[in-house]
Amino acid sequence: MTVEFRDKAVECISRSDLEKYQLAQLKKSVESALKTPFYKKRLKKAGISSADKIKTINDLHQIPFTVKDDLRESYPRGLLAVDRKDVVRIHTSSGTTGIPTVIYHTQHDLDCWTELVTRSIYACGVRNEDVFQNMMTYGMFTGGLGLHYGAERLGALVIPSSSGNTQRQLQLMKDFQTTVVHATPSYMFHLASKIHEFGFTLEELFLKKAFLGAEPYSENTRRKIEELFKIDVYNSYGLSEMNGPGVAFECAQKNNMHLWEDAYIIEIIDPETGERVPDGEEGELVLTTLCRQATPLLRYRTRDLTMVLPEPCPCGRTHRRIFRITGRTDDMMIINGVNVFPSQIEQVIMRVPEVGNNYQICLTRDGALDRLTVKVEIYSKLFAGDLSELEKLKMKIRDMLKASIIINPAVELHEPGSLPAFELKAKRVVDLREKL
Amino acid sequence: MAKQINVFVDNRIGRIQSITEVLFRANINIRAMAIQDRGEFGLVKLVVNNPERAVAALQENNFACKQKDVLAIVIEDKPGGLYQLLKSFPEDNVNILDAYGFAAETIKGSVFFIEVKNAEQVASFLQAKGYQVLTDQEVMGL
Repeated sequence: MTVEFRDKAVECISRSDLEKYQLAQLKKSVESALKTPFYKKRLKKAGISSADKIKTINDLHQIPFTVKDDLRESYPRGLLAVDRKDVVRIHTSSGTTGIPTVIYHTQHDLDCWTELVTRSIYACGVRNEDVFQNMMTYGMFTGGLGLHYGAERLGALVIPSSSGNTQRQLQLMKDFQTTVVHATPSYMFHLASKIHEFGFTLEELFLKKAFLGAEPYSENTRRKIEELFKIDVYNSYGLSEMNGPGVAFECAQKNNMHLWEDAYIIEIIDPETGERVPDGEEGELVLTTLCRQATPLLRYRTRDLTMVLPEPCPCGRTHRRIFRITGRTDDMMIINGVNVFPSQIEQVIMRVPEVGNNYQICLTRDGALDRLTVKVEIYSKLFAGDLSELEKLKMKIRDMLKASIIINPAVELHEPGSLPAFELKAKRVVDLREKL
Repeated sequence: MAKQINVFVDNRIGRIQSITEVLFRANINIRAMAIQDRGEFGLVKLVVNNPERAVAALQENNFACKQKDVLAIVIEDKPGGLYQLLKSFPEDNVNILDAYGFAAETIKGSVFFIEVKNAEQVASFLQAKGYQVLTDQEVMGL
């Protein structure tokens, strides 16, 4: 099998050349970071008043970690490194406490991001004759727009169908002979279960590949989806703080994800001590942006657990691979591809006087889709005694939650004192979903 | 006006038994009872011989409960007794939210409990028609 490259010089760069390039880019990132109010303070405290302090790639360790709370506290402009007129797009994500985070992009930033996505999907064999149906949500969620522009740049025919409306998705797939889709793994299961119900057959579809991401899944799930649709499934990794999709992507080998090291410096750390762990050992992924002007992030703790694979990939690309994400170092839940923190739910419940402060979050799977149930306790002193009031209360809580976490939960009312009381935080979340 | 106690209960095994145990230990006699089910929870509605004490006992045992007004109407204990009462309700625009009843030997008739929005108004309207609407004390003495 001959391997084709989007940009062989970059993708197969020697490790020593890559390190030289990384150092030069890191200096630029530090220089831009010093233009932001947040890093100006943070880096000066660490003794880095100018990019000249970074002499080797190892000097990265002098830079303190950046965490999501830093982004939140810097909202809205504390991490903006360029003149506002040079910003062409923002992506915000909902925060755990109601305060969002924002990433700014210049045209150069978007071009870099798009190129990473184009390179990634090219490595998976997508070519300009392909028809690419993007079933990820468009808008602030980076999964939609990120792949969209990457596939357009490659020259594929892009169908921006966005998420939902399964019947229309299938109709589009049939009518325009879609060969590649981008979706969450759970949505692929949902799609498979609806093909016959909506009067389609697998033979009428032209599907060859699927890029699945936004929620972690196992090798087993990949194989199941590959068998269901008779296609190749490629895993991908990204997070909005690092642009979105295109951070790491599998190549045609389907053997873990190349993390594009011309755009990011990889570190894997022990989440407890912050010390670096060697390749092949699991830890928290820490990333530094190397080609982002508007919002440079230095040593950003992703909270995702993975490891760097020590062996080179047979495809010839020199960018190291990370193992599929095995977990989180915080309590973030992923529900139908949407990131939700228990604290977001807690914040809503605390604002409703008719229910107590105790609550439980239950995650179950209904067919292929996740279901979120939030259980709360009635507050005795404000109990009105009417069923209609109780129904209204349920609806109020549901609407408030929907506004905060985007997804629609089921709300259950329970007797005072009936839910497991304030104990370990983990007890509040009961995840009954089988691992994908 | 007669009183009914609405108790919020989880829809799971043993909850109604718990309520009856609490009331038994407080020496409360249940005169009538109905249950409204709403999936994961329900309302247990109780008419008892001592509502104040019943509420205190239930609250002590962590139940969310509330006293509500209810109309206790005496009807004849024979075929058509309830129909006689209800037949003019649609014309008179009386909407029943919930209802239950029982035959009471002490008054040689049946007592029909109804929950309506404007209880006072409906009570005087029924009294004008010649129906006996029991007071709080009368219900307790049933």
